[in-house]
Amino acid sequence: MSFTLSVNGARRQVDLPGDVPLLWALRDGLAMTGTKFGCGVAACGACTVLIDGEAVRSCQVPLADAGGEITTIEGLGQPGALAPLQEAWVKHQVAQCGYCQSGQIMQAASLLAQIPDPTDQDIDDAMQGNLCRCGTYPRIRAAIHEAATMMKAG
Amino acid sequence: MASWKTITRRSFIVLGAAVVGGAAFGAYKVAEVPANPLTPAPGSTPLNPWVIINADGITVIAPRAEMGQGISTTLAALVAEELDVDWEQVRVLHGPPAQAYYNAGFVERMSNEPDYQLSLRENSHNAILAAVPKIFSLQMTGGSTGAIGGFVQMRLAGAGAREALKAAAAKRLGVLPDTLKTEGGKVIGEQTFTYAELAEEAATMVPEDVPLRDPSTWRYIGKTMPRLDMVGKCTGTETFGIDITLPGMKFATVRMNPKRGGAMTSFDPAAALSMPGVDQVVGLGNGIAVIANNTWTAMQAAQLVDVQWGDADYLVDTAAMMTRIEAAFATEPDSRLRDDGEVEAELAKGDRIEAEYRIPFLAHASMEPLNATAWVKPDGAVEVWCGNQAPIMTRDAIASSLRIGSDKVRLHTPVMGGGFGGRTDPVPAVLAARIAAAMPDTPVKLTYSREEDMTQDFYRPAAIARLSGRVENGKATALWGRTAAPSASRNALSRLVGFAPPGPDRATVEGGFDQPYGLPHYRYDGHVADLTVPLGFWRSVGNSMNAFFLESFIDELAHAAKADPLTFRLDLMRDTHGPSATLLETVRDMSDWDSLKRPGFGRGVAYCYSFGTPVAQVLEVQDTPAGIKLTRAWIACDPGLAMDPGIIEAQMTGAVVYGLSAAVQGAITFADQSVVEQNFTNYEPLRMHTTPGFEVKVLQNNGAFGHIGGVGEPGTPPAAPALANALYDLTGTRARSLPLNQLFEFAT
Repeated sequence: MSFTLSVNGARRQVDLPGDVPLLWALRDGLAMTGTKFGCGVAACGACTVLIDGEAVRSCQVPLADAGGEITTIEGLGQPGALAPLQEAWVKHQVAQCGYCQSGQIMQAASLLAQIPDPTDQDIDDAMQGNLCRCGTYPRIRAAIHEAATMMKAG
Repeated sequence: MASWKTITRRSFIVLGAAVVGGAAFGAYKVAEVPANPLTPAPGSTPLNPWVIINADGITVIAPRAEMGQGISTTLAALVAEELDVDWEQVRVLHGPPAQAYYNAGFVERMSNEPDYQLSLRENSHNAILAAVPKIFSLQMTGGSTGAIGGFVQMRLAGAGAREALKAAAAKRLGVLPDTLKTEGGKVIGEQTFTYAELAEEAATMVPEDVPLRDPSTWRYIGKTMPRLDMVGKCTGTETFGIDITLPGMKFATVRMNPKRGGAMTSFDPAAALSMPGVDQVVGLGNGIAVIANNTWTAMQAAQLVDVQWGDADYLVDTAAMMTRIEAAFATEPDSRLRDDGEVEAELAKGDRIEAEYRIPFLAHASMEPLNATAWVKPDGAVEVWCGNQAPIMTRDAIASSLRIGSDKVRLHTPVMGGGFGGRTDPVPAVLAARIAAAMPDTPVKLTYSREEDMTQDFYRPAAIARLSGRVENGKATALWGRTAAPSASRNALSRLVGFAPPGPDRATVEGGFDQPYGLPHYRYDGHVADLTVPLGFWRSVGNSMNAFFLESFIDELAHAAKADPLTFRLDLMRDTHGPSATLLETVRDMSDWDSLKRPGFGRGVAYCYSFGTPVAQVLEVQDTPAGIKLTRAWIACDPGLAMDPGIIEAQMTGAVVYGLSAAVQGAITFADQSVVEQNFTNYEPLRMHTTPGFEVKVLQNNGAFGHIGGVGEPGTPPAAPALANALYDLTGTRARSLPLNQLFEFAT
């Protein structure tokens, strides 16, 4: 089977069965490895991407249902052209092992799209499904506040 | 290749010179002895095993693996400090398996003396012992040793490269090297040369004198450096092992016998093979692998293989294992590494305080599941990519499983999405190589499902401790600790290197016997339980067990003595280890400990000296309608020389979150010889909203100047007892068993 996805503004063709989750279509089918596999059961958030602006666990979305506009970490910004969230992440030196951070950043992107100036409670509510074994939570929180300020200032 | 004898003799002679002369030159020669394992790519020149000069900067070859602890940044900073390059010119890569990248820092872990006394020991003693890791080609990342082992080695690498570049420029200009200076990647004299212009010539130079920079001139060491891996990790462009992508690659997963070590009696692959996209089902003796055109299909198909499992050679469930551990108390102690005063006579005076504590097995559960990619080439050689903590050992294990020479194995060590001690075993690399051998000349990426990662882990041992103590006039007079546990180090070393070193098992008692408590009567015994469950090294190893026992019990003694638990500790430590006493005073002040306790809140203090670094913590909890919340944590640590305060702060915070996650709700249990917890749904770490706020202070009083303590692990041991002590303060209930959610209701 072949499916056409819209990923980071480009149309991409994937030759995999329709029940393969979007996560694996991205990673194995399209070699876009920025989106991470952590648990396979929507319990860790490492595979978070945006579909039509909303954060979803890509390990739970069958390829056949991934019809919307998909944004992955690669589409948010790039090393030479960081998105404000990524800039804030770098400024606060958030990552340790870094493996969960793609998912954390995509979840935070969805949060800031809905609530441009989140409180700590908003951050707790939005981010509690994203696990980090290195314990970078305090810096993630600081970086989200920072990004909110940066984006407000334009 | 030099013979064993030659290497040994030469190493010791050179070391002797280094010790006697005390000069950097001798030490540089030590560093220089191993052959340079780097093969230059076009346009780049390796000056030594650690430094490659490229057209636009330098690439530092890190002898330690990056798994999140920030070591690659610190090792690169040590080179850059001496080599006079701007930070923007620096990149870092992990080195291939090679003796050059041995870890001298492990010498600090080869002693049964308490660390706080070790740091006072003559350096020359250490320098001689430092030959041991080198002789054994101990290229290993672990034991919080990376910065310790790299401190001299990496600066000498940078300085050696700098002097070679100067020598090359001096030759061109016909002047003496010491008339030249270096700055921003250039050698500056009458004429200025970039390093790249000089590199090829410099690679042939052997500098006679390699002076190290005076610490007062350091620009990078001691500063918080922007991590070299940060941008990659924030943009999804970092390549973890699991991200390796090769042309024509296939995707595999494994399903191994959950009864660990048991055989596979039979398997029927028919249903799996009928799934579209499945290429092969490979029998592995004690499990199967499925190779497919994507990882998910491989994982689904693996569940469809009809497998009959044989039994393991260990007990059936957790209850039986705990009974076996308890039985170890009746055996002769394996170790008595501390026996000060007359503990039995003192305890016989009466009013003995006694307590028993129990802790469970724990899994590592790194965010990146275990994985490895292998490519068996037409000539029988194999190329493997696997995030690992021990490249030489991993390479040799691959070679032996494929029955080829080690020179036929090319092993890459990509960055790891967490390790915490869980990537020491070569199993994933070996399995990937064996699976790839079933599909010659096709790269195959093996990815464990989370369930396989968690059930095929090598666990932190479960343990039981019995402590007795006595207080008199508000002071502790005696403490006798006894820990019973299966030995993680004997279990792991037998598996990894084929033998367990003789002598007392330090890991069973570390964190208990080796603390600077000036108790007049202080004894600590280890009882090794006869249990063959697969065990490994879990962040801070035995310290994670014994700090909970000792620090909970010290708290019990303090309360029995009607003393403030922090002052009680301080009084026991002031005369034995000043820097540790200062840490307790620091967390006391940071947490405003002496102020009146707020109603509805509880606070606990704990301390542990491990891996060369003492750490004191205060943890605050709050009773809320939703359950108990962890509100704030204050950490003070003293690694001696703090090479990168920002990274140290991150490691301390992260290590506490790791320890608290286990303390609150972490437990691996066995039923029918198989691990019950399989995913984050029932082995759950703390989350954003359940993690406390942190304040960290990094002090630099410990040891003589140049003492470097580890930073990756020492934050973990005090976390569990600080929390248990805070819960006692809040509720009056003493937790003597982990995880704490058995006894308390936490806000979730």
